[in-house]
Amino acid sequence: MAESTKTGEELIGIDAMGYGRKPVVVVDDLHVKYYVHAGGKKVKEAGRSLLQRGAGRVRTVHALKGVSFTAYENESIGVIGANGSGKSTLMRTLVGLTPPAQGAVYASSRPNLLGVGAALIPDLSGEKNIQLGGLALGFSKQEISELRDDIVEFAELEDFIDLPMRTYSSGMQARLKFAIAASKQHEILIVDEALAVGDQRFRERSEARIREIRENAGTVFLVSHSMKSILDTCSRVIWINKGVLEMDGDPKEVVKAYRESRK
Amino acid sequence: MSLAEYASENRLHRVGARPSLFRYLSEAWARRDFAVAMARGKIEASNQRNRLGMLWIFIKPTLNALMYGAIFGILQGANRPENFPMYVVIGVFLFEFFATSMNNGAKSITGNGALVQSLAFPRITLPVSTVIQNLMTLVPMLAVMFIYILILGAPISVEWLLIIPLVAIFTVFNLGVALIAARLTVHVRDLTQLLPLVTRILFYTSGVLFAIDRILKSHPWAVKFFDFHPLHEILSIARGILMPGMDYDPIYWLYFSVWSVAVFLAGVLFFWVAEERYGRVD
Repeated sequence: MAESTKTGEELIGIDAMGYGRKPVVVVDDLHVKYYVHAGGKKVKEAGRSLLQRGAGRVRTVHALKGVSFTAYENESIGVIGANGSGKSTLMRTLVGLTPPAQGAVYASSRPNLLGVGAALIPDLSGEKNIQLGGLALGFSKQEISELRDDIVEFAELEDFIDLPMRTYSSGMQARLKFAIAASKQHEILIVDEALAVGDQRFRERSEARIREIRENAGTVFLVSHSMKSILDTCSRVIWINKGVLEMDGDPKEVVKAYRESRK
Repeated sequence: MSLAEYASENRLHRVGARPSLFRYLSEAWARRDFAVAMARGKIEASNQRNRLGMLWIFIKPTLNALMYGAIFGILQGANRPENFPMYVVIGVFLFEFFATSMNNGAKSITGNGALVQSLAFPRITLPVSTVIQNLMTLVPMLAVMFIYILILGAPISVEWLLIIPLVAIFTVFNLGVALIAARLTVHVRDLTQLLPLVTRILFYTSGVLFAIDRILKSHPWAVKFFDFHPLHEILSIARGILMPGMDYDPIYWLYFSVWSVAVFLAGVLFFWVAEERYGRVD
């Protein structure tokens, strides 16, 4: 909770730290709550009568409890934390999919999740899915026909591009999805565990592609449980623990502290 | 200086804020190719898995028309409208467009949860895309409908061309209905359980199978009420255009257009207001 009680001077301190760099994402005292209709019962409730239980069915899950930070242009920020710590909630709020209960996210342009899988239709050919995915990402038809060859080549699907996507192996599907999603030059990109797909060679190539996006004046958030890919790609790491920003800074230090805490 | 002030100083905008209606609609217009591609893709995908593929688009309403025609033809006896088979075919085929728009429109947000969760685009694209999909299946259906009524003995006439503006107005009406149904289902998921019932009620009250004025001839005030039933209006106009010896009040064109524009505008507004709500999971 220390982040939300920062005084004005400390905030300017952050600004001084990022001197000369342009802030692209400002997360201001972010709280997210989920209201869930609980189907089961908590251990404590076991003795309660039916009526009482029915009354308390909606439970509030406080997923993020006042997270604040500023991300600058050209940073690649690793986000780490245990399962259920609020990483994915934070990312979904950055993209604007989950509305905050309190606080806000400000950004220079709308952040995007790297992912296009949901827009694709498994019964259609890879070719048609490139069209569909591209349109879903906001490309025009003309831009897609220009990008088409690069996407096919990057996904290494030249021989199978006319087959229905459902006939692809899971690795091939993941490659196609990554290739479509990464064809767009995102200003602010969020990658949620996507680097874990494909074989060793494809992983290296996708990491290279992420770096390329970053170099072209982009800001990348990478959510991962693989400390190796975090250390390989990130210039800054944020550690989220039980909905609170636990630590923020140099990758080696944060990863080290995180590993200590997990022992 | 607070973070919010810092953000506005650096010209950052709040993420996820609902854009103004005008900007929203222009963003949606920019995604029109996506809406069409998704509609086309879904049709192609659904045809691929069935052996008879595209043919099901005609077989289903044809079987419906046969079944309803047989049952209600017998039940109604002398109250049966003239040219009953033609009457039923037109009613069933056109009602299908409305029913699928309402039912698929209702599922367009809740049924595309993963898509809504992962990509940012104006959500209005989804219900619009389902209505486009239904319109795309309507066109070959209408061709088959014309063949049926020709076989049943309707003389071809220039007046038939009026079906084009009629379908255009009908599409606007269905868009509005799909938008309203899409948002309501997001708030109350249970609605999908009720919608088949709502569809049935509308099916039996819009004169798909009966001539309202014959059934209700002892209650003239009730017949008057059906002048303002939008689905009764469209079916009456279509029958007036296509069937020999069927008359309709031309004022229905006006009534139905007003209905369509009103439902469409209400639908767009109603859907846009909740734009920030659609991605939420709870």
